[in-house]
Amino acid sequence: MVNDAYRRGRSAAPSHGTMQRYSIFSLARNALTGHRNWQAAWRSPEPRPAYEVVIVGGGGHGLATAYYLAKEHGITNVAVLEKGWLGGGNTGRNTTVVRSNYLYDESAAIYEHSMKLWEGLAQELNYNVMFSQRGVLMLAHGSHDEQVLKRHIHADRLNGIDNEWLTPAQAKAFCPPLNIGKELRYPVTGAALQRRGGTARHDAVAWGYARGADARGVDIIQNCAVTGVRRDGDRVVGVETTRGYIAAGKVGVVAAGHTSVVMAMAGLRMPIESVPLQALVSEPVKPVFPCVAMSNAIHAYISQSDKGELVIGAGTDQYVSYGQRGSFHIAEHTLEAIVELFPIFSRLRMLRQWAGIVDCTPDRSPILARTPVRGLYVNCGWGTGGFKATPGSGHVFAHTIARDEPHPINAPFTLERFRTGRLIDEAAAAAVAH
Amino acid sequence: MSGAWRLPRGGRVDRARPLRFSFDGKAYTGLTGDTLAAALLANGVHLVARSFKYHRPRGILAAGCEEPNALVQLDRGGGREDPNLRATQVELFDGLVATSQNRWPSLSFDLAATADRLAPLLPAGFYYKTFMWPAGWWRRVYEPRIRAAAGLGRSPSRPDPDRYLHRHAHCDVLVVGAGPAGLMAAAAAVMSGARVILADEQAEPGGALLAEPGLRLDGMDGAAWLAAALGELTAQPNLTLLPRTTAFAWHDHTYLGLLERVTDHLAEPPPHLPRQRLWRVRARQVVLATGAIERPLVFPDNDRPGIMLASAARTYLNRYGVRVGARVAVFTNNDSAYATALDLAAAGVTIAAIVDCRADPGGELVQRARAVGLPVRPGAVVTGTQGRLRINQAFVAPLDGGGRSSPVVCDALLVSGGWNPTLHLHSQARGRLRFDEKLWAYVPAELVPGEQVAGACAGSFALADALREGAQAGVAAAAAAGYRAELPALPAVEAPSWSEPAPLWRVPLGRGRAWVDLQNDVTAKDLELALREGFRSIEHVKRYTTTGMGTDQGKTANVNALAIVAAGLGQGVEAVGHTTFRPPYTPVTFGAFAGASRELQLDPLRRTPSHAHAEALGAVFEDVGQWRRARYFPQPGEDMQAAVGRECRAARQGVGLFDASTLGKIDLQGADAAELLNRVYTNAWAKLTVGRCRYGLMLRDDGMVLDDGVTARLGPDRFHMTTTTGGAARVLAWLEEWLQCEWPQLRVFCTSVTEQWAAIGVCGPKARDVIRAAGTDIDLSREAFPHMSFRDGSVAGLPARVFRISFTGEIAFEINVPSGYGGALWEALWQAGQPFGITPYGTEAMHVLRAEKGYIIVGQETDGTVTPLDLGMDWMISKAKPDFIGKRGMARPDLARADRKQLVGLLTRDPTVVLEEGAQLVEDPAQSLPMRMIGHVTSAYHSANLGRSIALGLVQGGRERIGQTLWVPMPAQPAIAVEVTRPVFLDPENRRLNG
Repeated sequence: MVNDAYRRGRSAAPSHGTMQRYSIFSLARNALTGHRNWQAAWRSPEPRPAYEVVIVGGGGHGLATAYYLAKEHGITNVAVLEKGWLGGGNTGRNTTVVRSNYLYDESAAIYEHSMKLWEGLAQELNYNVMFSQRGVLMLAHGSHDEQVLKRHIHADRLNGIDNEWLTPAQAKAFCPPLNIGKELRYPVTGAALQRRGGTARHDAVAWGYARGADARGVDIIQNCAVTGVRRDGDRVVGVETTRGYIAAGKVGVVAAGHTSVVMAMAGLRMPIESVPLQALVSEPVKPVFPCVAMSNAIHAYISQSDKGELVIGAGTDQYVSYGQRGSFHIAEHTLEAIVELFPIFSRLRMLRQWAGIVDCTPDRSPILARTPVRGLYVNCGWGTGGFKATPGSGHVFAHTIARDEPHPINAPFTLERFRTGRLIDEAAAAAVAH
Repeated sequence: MSGAWRLPRGGRVDRARPLRFSFDGKAYTGLTGDTLAAALLANGVHLVARSFKYHRPRGILAAGCEEPNALVQLDRGGGREDPNLRATQVELFDGLVATSQNRWPSLSFDLAATADRLAPLLPAGFYYKTFMWPAGWWRRVYEPRIRAAAGLGRSPSRPDPDRYLHRHAHCDVLVVGAGPAGLMAAAAAVMSGARVILADEQAEPGGALLAEPGLRLDGMDGAAWLAAALGELTAQPNLTLLPRTTAFAWHDHTYLGLLERVTDHLAEPPPHLPRQRLWRVRARQVVLATGAIERPLVFPDNDRPGIMLASAARTYLNRYGVRVGARVAVFTNNDSAYATALDLAAAGVTIAAIVDCRADPGGELVQRARAVGLPVRPGAVVTGTQGRLRINQAFVAPLDGGGRSSPVVCDALLVSGGWNPTLHLHSQARGRLRFDEKLWAYVPAELVPGEQVAGACAGSFALADALREGAQAGVAAAAAAGYRAELPALPAVEAPSWSEPAPLWRVPLGRGRAWVDLQNDVTAKDLELALREGFRSIEHVKRYTTTGMGTDQGKTANVNALAIVAAGLGQGVEAVGHTTFRPPYTPVTFGAFAGASRELQLDPLRRTPSHAHAEALGAVFEDVGQWRRARYFPQPGEDMQAAVGRECRAARQGVGLFDASTLGKIDLQGADAAELLNRVYTNAWAKLTVGRCRYGLMLRDDGMVLDDGVTARLGPDRFHMTTTTGGAARVLAWLEEWLQCEWPQLRVFCTSVTEQWAAIGVCGPKARDVIRAAGTDIDLSREAFPHMSFRDGSVAGLPARVFRISFTGEIAFEINVPSGYGGALWEALWQAGQPFGITPYGTEAMHVLRAEKGYIIVGQETDGTVTPLDLGMDWMISKAKPDFIGKRGMARPDLARADRKQLVGLLTRDPTVVLEEGAQLVEDPAQSLPMRMIGHVTSAYHSANLGRSIALGLVQGGRERIGQTLWVPMPAQPAIAVEVTRPVFLDPENRRLNG
């Protein structure tokens, strides 16, 4: 139950007025006044002393949670606390791949839920998140890979998720730079293609949700690090921050790689290891790569951004770390794979390289759940694949917080499963960390 | 003649060696020693590029790696294609063919420049606000057009003819930058005996000494002193000088990445040389002597061709003998640009004006300029320019706004907004920066471990300071690396001093767009728009406007952008902070990272001892991890099913020959070897007697099957463990992790012996006959040599260890010999087996044979989610042992649930139908999507021995379902009916095995 103080806080939520609509017409109108009249996409309010719900973490998942709390559940007395700048963690560091062709029913359900939200997200948010369903190609190199991918295809088909098998020649037709020659160390023997998969503009997702949440009254507070979680017995009552204490009826922790740190403040130990995951981009070139291609066997993910850069995902370091940079040899290993699979790219050049801290659970599936502390909820463990889940994750996590019970889609993603053994082992399904 | 704008003498180019080249199809001549940019300027070509977004005409801004505009596509023939190269860094060679990028149909007439007319509609981030209606059009209509308009050069399309190599190096001192500071640092360190690598990104070392004629060092001019210093330095054996080498990344523990461009400057690269070499240098100490990069100024229409950094114009004049204009204006906030004006005037170039925003500039160079009559206009700024494809006029007005602007006719405008120390590597190393409000630039706030900085990159722009700091840094670095170093004598220096610059981030006067990031077309107004829209973090401003995100990574743009954002927020520059410096410093070729790791060098290819013979027999191979194994041995006219069927029948009715050498083998020795096995396997090992073997199942700590294999006891303290082929490395690492991290008290040594033993299996009712025929001193009889034991002896005259173990359910012997004998053993068995019809079989038949017996393959029947109980292997779990890895994990309540997926056999109603591995099982094939899936097919084959198809699968509550009919829905065909059975299809009593 939400106590009266939060109800009062809720009624005192500022009315932000109507959101300025974005369209070609508003662009044209604003061009006439030199673009001097655009509203801020979100306010930068001072934190209030109390909120009904505090979301810890201003990345895509946290902002989406706040957005859906306001939109779907009418809970607008919400603050999103971000220790740096919103969208500055893994949301702004990933390789923007979106797909839903997961093996297990539980995973397929949550990623497909997300996929459906992606398909209308730009219109929903009135923000062009550049969701581009250009197709995700997962390459097989040999009979074991084929078996794994075909198992996915069969399961996806019966789950109503598109995923189809391509021969090497068909894969080449879909992705012309792909080398399907026999001279490769591990020749391509086929591929699974999810045509509805693709990419989206990662920053725009954070900004779009932030703008939408702000317009519904959510306070987005940047440069506000949580330094403690205050409990009254077995229930959470607020958070200490670098900008003072903030009382909260409910607290949702969505802090990706730093979730363990925040949850430890509440006295909870999380089954999470945080490791650096690297990515890099090339210099921009004219369109040459039409889809997303990934190879688990020799570890490479690649697509081309609308700006023309090849966006390439590398692997995780083998040790835990909070340093947002990875080891030299990891990126090198990935570029070996890229040059092997797409030899014409040997002349392209790495422009930028970076890393994010990913939160990995033992079964590489997320935790979206209540916790043993009443009023404290956690959304974490997305590991290397969280971006694609952003809308669905926020949607069901908002439900979980608002109703104090999980949405059927996230009900399997409990914290307890690691104790009871009811795992959703996507790491096993993908045969590698996915 | 190498261009009308070339001076008759001067510079470091060789007028006796002209070079032909072309740009956009037009032929030109340059000189040996030119960069492409210098040669173009010598021919009067300033318009070289179009900008990214608005396709604005752009010229050459800089003379080095900071160039934002002059990106060209190079085609050197034979597949040597390179997009996005900076003309300022491309060394000219004879026959060079360059084209401009991102324009159509031509550079001077680019239709896409209509984007510039629409610019009012296309401010920063416009694409987030539109292209949303109708919903499907983003992917189909808008995005393809945006993608086509974006991008710069074209990706190569032909195979790369070049090689790339890696070099690993250790050194005591790595000096980055061979300008005055770097040279002194290297000299000081080398004299101490330290091993020094001196890397410089340019073709020749010297840095500023190459382009500044007014300097005197020990009475010599810069070039003469440089030659002498280099001569002395390069004579030292402990110095490695790497020209054309960019230190691009600084990783943890002074581990740096360097890219050496070995042949890019050559017209015809010799075949023995790699194109580029990637150096990974572990240095004890690093001296950064990376210099500084000049900032442009932000004023209206500051992007026209002919507008150039003042220092670049000076470099083109003094290093390449090229005048960048005939009538040149200068716009500056500091003294350094005066040196350019003086040099140009001395070369006969008219200086139209020196516009200095400082009200009362009084430095030595300013006085000199005044003394020779150059028109200095203090307290003034440029408020605008004109000229479509080249500047022809600048407008100058008093900075205080108290006067009208007046035109200055000019064909070049040289700008200087001050200098930014080059601190990319310092920042990558997590060194903090401090904004210096005397220099108006970021300087190092502190050194990181292993780092020294010297010269301009430390904010010390005067030559004497750079030399002294360089020497000190070299001494400090050598000392820190453990050498006794002494400060070398410093040359006596005559160089003009600079007076204080004045900050000028953005000219407050004039109309028109003032460009901050030239490559990405970001204006000062775009930055302000971002702030207005709430993007206040500098990281948000960067991402929203894309400032600093071009191929130049904002080397000339970033600090101006920071200062403009700071002004917009009403904060100091330092309060705004800066974006993260990310490697690489300049772009690095993918091929250089990949190095020699292509095709067969990407990953080792491991062949079995029988490989050559299998090839001769016409075997079809498959990759299994790194191994290449024979999959089946087709005879003429046989397809895979026919071949595999024949092989399988032979193994059960006659005798089969199989190369099992790929299995992982680990030698375990030590007093606690049995204890280790007890802990890592689910069953008990203490009582295994010497000479006997036992099957073991290894679990992860969560209770899931990790690996399996047979382990033999060679002696009281010694075991021979086998693992799956794919699991060999993983299991060894697993054992080592437990031994080293959890159980250091256990006395066991684990040694991989996979490569030491060849293992050839002989299987089937006639197996004994074949081995006896090959010749052996081992008694192979059932009584003397029971199943699950081993014997040492000789086979075919070779020393052998023979295991009686079986993965087929038949009598089988696995003969291990030292791997060098493997081929000979195979050959001997093959010959000896001829009278018995010996049949080699491959991995496919092996899979079928074991499936007929219901034996699992880890990785096929298991996928990391399967427990021994799921496999029906509870008999493998010791009840008596206090603990083993996975016991606790397996004890979790959900792992005992009756509806977990269990291993079963699956028989299709139609015996000719072979299921597809990975296919899903349902109870009701007529249900609508999403269907409730209750299991999947893990293995499926046609079994020639049984005359029908067989399959194994994991099915929810499978053991309770035996006898039930389930369905496998397939695309575009009716669902396949299958009966659930026990997973053993043949000889469940193991009569054949023990025969």
